[in-house]
Amino acid sequence: MVTRDQIVQWLNNLAEVLAENKEYLTDLDSAIGDADHGINMNRGFKKVIEKLPSVADTDIGNILKTTGMTLISSVGGASGPLYGTFFMRSGMALQAKQELDDGDLYQMLESGVEGIVQRGRPVLGDKTMFDAWSPALEALKAATANGDNTITALEKSVMAAEQGMKDTIPMQARKGRASYLGERSIGHQDPGATSSYLMLKTLLETLQAE
Amino acid sequence: MKKLINAIDDVVKEQLEGMAVAHPDLIKVHFEPNFVYRADAPVSGKVAVISGGGSGHEPMHGGFVGMGMLDAACPGEVFTSPTPDQMYEAAKMVDGGAGVLYLVKNYTGDVLNFETAAELAFAEGVKVQSILIDDDTAVKDSLYTAGRRGVGTTVLVEKIVGGAAEAKYPLDKLSDLARKANMYGRSIGIALTSCTVPAAGKPTFDLGPNEFEFGIGIHGEPGRERFDMKTADEITEMMAAAIIDDGPYTRTVREWDNDSGEWVEKKLTDDPLKSGDEVIAFVNSMGGTPVSELYAIYRKLAEICKGKGLKIVRNLIGPYITSLDMAGCSITLMKTDAEILKFWDAPVKTPGLRWGV
Repeated sequence: MVTRDQIVQWLNNLAEVLAENKEYLTDLDSAIGDADHGINMNRGFKKVIEKLPSVADTDIGNILKTTGMTLISSVGGASGPLYGTFFMRSGMALQAKQELDDGDLYQMLESGVEGIVQRGRPVLGDKTMFDAWSPALEALKAATANGDNTITALEKSVMAAEQGMKDTIPMQARKGRASYLGERSIGHQDPGATSSYLMLKTLLETLQAE
Repeated sequence: MKKLINAIDDVVKEQLEGMAVAHPDLIKVHFEPNFVYRADAPVSGKVAVISGGGSGHEPMHGGFVGMGMLDAACPGEVFTSPTPDQMYEAAKMVDGGAGVLYLVKNYTGDVLNFETAAELAFAEGVKVQSILIDDDTAVKDSLYTAGRRGVGTTVLVEKIVGGAAEAKYPLDKLSDLARKANMYGRSIGIALTSCTVPAAGKPTFDLGPNEFEFGIGIHGEPGRERFDMKTADEITEMMAAAIIDDGPYTRTVREWDNDSGEWVEKKLTDDPLKSGDEVIAFVNSMGGTPVSELYAIYRKLAEICKGKGLKIVRNLIGPYITSLDMAGCSITLMKTDAEILKFWDAPVKTPGLRWGV
């Protein structure tokens, strides 16, 4: 079971994690992109934190939708619409919910990732955030079907996301600005896959803290 | 870094404030969200043409707002895509009831943000279309990259489409014209120096005193190849060959279907230029190269075109799509027909481009 307050806490924790990792994500981006991913994500989640108190006592769907709208209007670049759509879609899947059972948690992430796929049209191996999300979702689904509890299932999902993130290192980018580098994009970890891993890992840590 | 700025965070804002003070008869500026729009907007019964992108390419796009060109322009931070709230609020401000056409340069950030904005505007009952500009021949392949970048052709498309919108072309017909003009245009750019982004404070890349970078974009991104410095004529020959010898180019674009309310994919292939074609020739400064050198380039380009059987029927020479203070230039050749020429010649009155009025 995941409560509304835990979701709010997750978003607050995530803002802190992204602030701590601002330079790390920007450094990853400067190797194969335009050196602003950490700066943009930090700016976006700072805005989310400003907005959260006004919606924290509504419902999970509304909280996530507000997060999505805020990211869309403050992040810019490619990650703004991608993460914005992720939170908008996950919020739309959870309208009026005050708490989430395991099925809802999967629904939240699956709807969000569907949003990323519709917006960015990635395929596995393109060296994008989808390379972290896709194995993470599969692992979560398998663990839930296996009867694992929320924490155990999410632990497996985070491990799969971490592996997916590391698997982007030898890939040649086929999407985004990194794709213009051709073979020179090989050997660098994708910044979007990295921030996606941090997102899921922070969710697990938030739930473990209770 | 030596630049005429007050504070790095104020660069975009103060530029917009300056434009508003300088051209109150032509444009207005809206802040938070930021966009430049026609002083007389909305123009009733006319499709509103909107473009935008990162700042640093001035006069594009804000300088092209006015009669006969853009109805609104959405500037992002320097070299960073604007956000959908800017594009959506701009659309609501300038929609004259005939719908909105977004002209989008092909960069992943710009494309994703404009697509989001188109969905938001459609949900509010505004008829929308989004046409991609992708003309940079330095990018060879669309299957394993994000595709050709939008560069010099953007300026020509904004002028031609703006002229047709003024003549009350409906949205579908205007979109067809925009798509055609984009597919008729091809460009290549070179850099003699890097540019310096204010927030970074140092040049984006290192280029030796005796080197130039061939096949650059407009954000200081790397080019296709680096060479030892050559003469203006030799460089012009390399650039002209990159455009004239370029083969067919195929890519899949997404356009909005106002009936189903969904994106539909279209596979488009444009043909190479061939002997007998009439063209508009556009020689552009990246910001740091003086007009005198552009004319030296144009002189050789005209000679090459003549030799290849390409007839230059119009030209544009000057700094129109720049990359901050980068020294270098780009060449665009756009094939023309009667429709394109008619709207190229139509009157235009903007801060950055003005004729026929």
